[in-house]
Amino acid sequence: MSITLLFLAVIGAIVAWWLSQQRLTAKPWLEVGAIDDDFPGTGASSLPAATIGLGVFLTVVGSLFALFISAYFMRMQVADWAQMPAPKLLWFNTGVLILSSVALQYAQVAARRGRMKDVGDGLIAGGLFAVTFLVGQLFAWQQLNAAGYFLAANPANAFFYLFTGVHGLHLLGGLVALGRTADKVWRGFEVNQVRSSVQLCAIYWHFLLALWLILFSLLTPWVGDFALICRQLLT
Amino acid sequence: MVDATIGTAGAIQPAEVKDVDLYHPKSWVTKYVFSQDAKVIAIQYSVTALSIGLVALVLSWLIRLQLAFPSSFSAIGPGEYLQFITMHGMIMVIYLLTALFLGGFGNYLIPLMVGARDMVFPYVNMVSYWVYLLAVLVLVASFFMPGGPTGAGWTLYPPQAILSSTPGREWGIILMLASLALFIIGFTMGGLNYVVTVLQARTRGMTLMRLPLTVWGIFMATILALLAFPALFVGSVMMLFDRLLGTSFFMPAIVEMGQHLKYRGGSPLLFQHLFWFFGHPEVYIVALPAFGIVSDLISTHARKNIFGYRLMVWALIIIGALSFVVWAHHMYVSGMNPYFGFYFATTTLIIAIPTAIKVYNWVLTLWRGDIHLTVPMLFALSFIVTFVNGGLTGLFLGNPVVDVPLSDTMFVVAHFHMVMGMAPIFVIFGAIYHWYPKVTGRMLDETLGKFHFWVSFLGAYAIYFPMHYLGLLGVPRRYFEMGDMAFIPQSAHDLNIFITVAALIVGFAQMVFLFNLIWSLSKGKPAGSNPWRATTLEWQTPETPPGHGNWGKELPVVYRWAYDYSVPGAKEDFVPQNQPATPRAA
Repeated sequence: MSITLLFLAVIGAIVAWWLSQQRLTAKPWLEVGAIDDDFPGTGASSLPAATIGLGVFLTVVGSLFALFISAYFMRMQVADWAQMPAPKLLWFNTGVLILSSVALQYAQVAARRGRMKDVGDGLIAGGLFAVTFLVGQLFAWQQLNAAGYFLAANPANAFFYLFTGVHGLHLLGGLVALGRTADKVWRGFEVNQVRSSVQLCAIYWHFLLALWLILFSLLTPWVGDFALICRQLLT
Repeated sequence: MVDATIGTAGAIQPAEVKDVDLYHPKSWVTKYVFSQDAKVIAIQYSVTALSIGLVALVLSWLIRLQLAFPSSFSAIGPGEYLQFITMHGMIMVIYLLTALFLGGFGNYLIPLMVGARDMVFPYVNMVSYWVYLLAVLVLVASFFMPGGPTGAGWTLYPPQAILSSTPGREWGIILMLASLALFIIGFTMGGLNYVVTVLQARTRGMTLMRLPLTVWGIFMATILALLAFPALFVGSVMMLFDRLLGTSFFMPAIVEMGQHLKYRGGSPLLFQHLFWFFGHPEVYIVALPAFGIVSDLISTHARKNIFGYRLMVWALIIIGALSFVVWAHHMYVSGMNPYFGFYFATTTLIIAIPTAIKVYNWVLTLWRGDIHLTVPMLFALSFIVTFVNGGLTGLFLGNPVVDVPLSDTMFVVAHFHMVMGMAPIFVIFGAIYHWYPKVTGRMLDETLGKFHFWVSFLGAYAIYFPMHYLGLLGVPRRYFEMGDMAFIPQSAHDLNIFITVAALIVGFAQMVFLFNLIWSLSKGKPAGSNPWRATTLEWQTPETPPGHGNWGKELPVVYRWAYDYSVPGAKEDFVPQNQPATPRAA
């Protein structure tokens, strides 16, 4: 569970930093009046609620995957673990996901500068790359199955399908949000009305990309070997 | 105190906090069924949670009947018994307590207490309830499937949870795990709302240190739940894989009925870690809202400011943080390294410090207060006593040396029913008596309320005090019947009958409570807007029950903390949070 505790320590540090700005040492029983004039920053944040909501949601997703990864490392210690080779296709998929993230970043910058047409292009490109990534992941599953690396054959395989599957589902959920945003762009909404949606999509995409890079590095065999060597050195 | 005043005195304009665009319902269905109003969602959550809680109450009667009169009921066999204890535990902990405190009280009280018009994401909030309802329905469906609900025990430990000898192996365990996953998804949607509403929708002047402790408790509990529930989700999904797809995450190599199962190498301990990484914070997910609510009840009904508000807030935060580093104290008998046991015993006992601070502060709030023994106050007082009792046995069980012999005995059952069964339920009752007038505009009947209180309170002790003694004798938990074990004397069997009679009487008292809830809806005494003369914002709404949007035209402005009771020199013995400082004080 050390990975999870590490993750929680990071979250705890962020929370502690934020709380330290909130005058938790105030003596509210002595303070009467409209306090927020005297102590700015103790009210709501200037960020929109949706951005903070996304931040909290990403923390939950982070917690979910920290726990999955903890379980991965704990299960790895049992003798029957047999790391399987990662299909070459995953490198292609990773590249496509990076392109998807770049496209959404492009859309976000365009939205900030008010270039509505580029926003639409960026969203469509990002969406198409993301769909390509998902299809690519399905092909990777198929290749593994064809090569005899079945889900139930070994826990390493099972974790591979589990990680890619849960990550894919999160991306699929993101595509719904992306689709709704793109729909707004097509229906000719003003740039002010879509800017924050585009930004939220981009943040979510970058998060899922970072998450995928972590998962991918875990699922490739060298990491397992590396972890084994470390464990042997430590024990 | 009104003496030391900072900031601008006198009334100021309610500006700057941006007003939200409320969704205005257009039909009966969008107003009362698929409603996006947090108050309606709160009632939906509460009614659903109480209804499924009733099922769990009935299951507890069946458990008790079997324990007192073994083999007298043909309908209760060993399999059914295991199913009953499993469903009783799971429903009470997750589908009743968690859903009611956060989904019910959280939805109703957060927007009103922080001075918001509604939750920040009303649509997501609505979906949260419907996903929760779906989770409940999936759970209920498992009762009607072939093989019935799972009988794996509420901890669902593998490997036995998915072996064929466990009842409900066919459908029960699948539906249980699916229902938990749904619950967690639904809760996450609600939880996002509770956290972000507290962060972003507080009205002008409502700093964090002016929040009522109820909001602090629910806020902290929601953060714990958002971080801890994923552990249960991970465990559930991986066990579903083991059960349905034949993976071996948790399942070791097993020979069953002379046959090798296809599983090998899995680690049941891994599940225990995941389960308790959720399971221990879960105790505080239930306890922290109770702490917060009880602070407000005591302060209001003793007409005295809460003693040590700052320490109360800090203690909530510290308890929340500590609750993530104690989980393995539920696993002392799993064969862990003794040094781990030492570490987890230490962290466990450290939690006693902030918790004890809270108990002292409640007692000191009562000290020389103008105590009104109203029904909410009676329940709040009973919470303090019961929580202390349950907490003390927690010190026993937190020590591995004492825990090992007591593990899996009735002592453990008595401990956790006191500390996270009875204690939070008393707070829930107190809170319902306290806020029912705001929700419905009518008071609950006081005579029935006092009857309900005394029977429940004394009855709870009649049930759980003797149970400690049974545990010390070595009577195991989860056993269908004791048979002729030499170490269990006849007196233990007699005691079991006594406990069962007490449990049936306490259960009857809950029917009186239900009757009171329904009867008072139309026949109760009209409450007025602020029957308890309380300071917090929810009692200052222009309408009772609060209308759509809560505050009429203008949002309230907050000038003071939530506990200005019996202020010297004030006209009344309470000063609402939205009342500006008087010129005299400026």
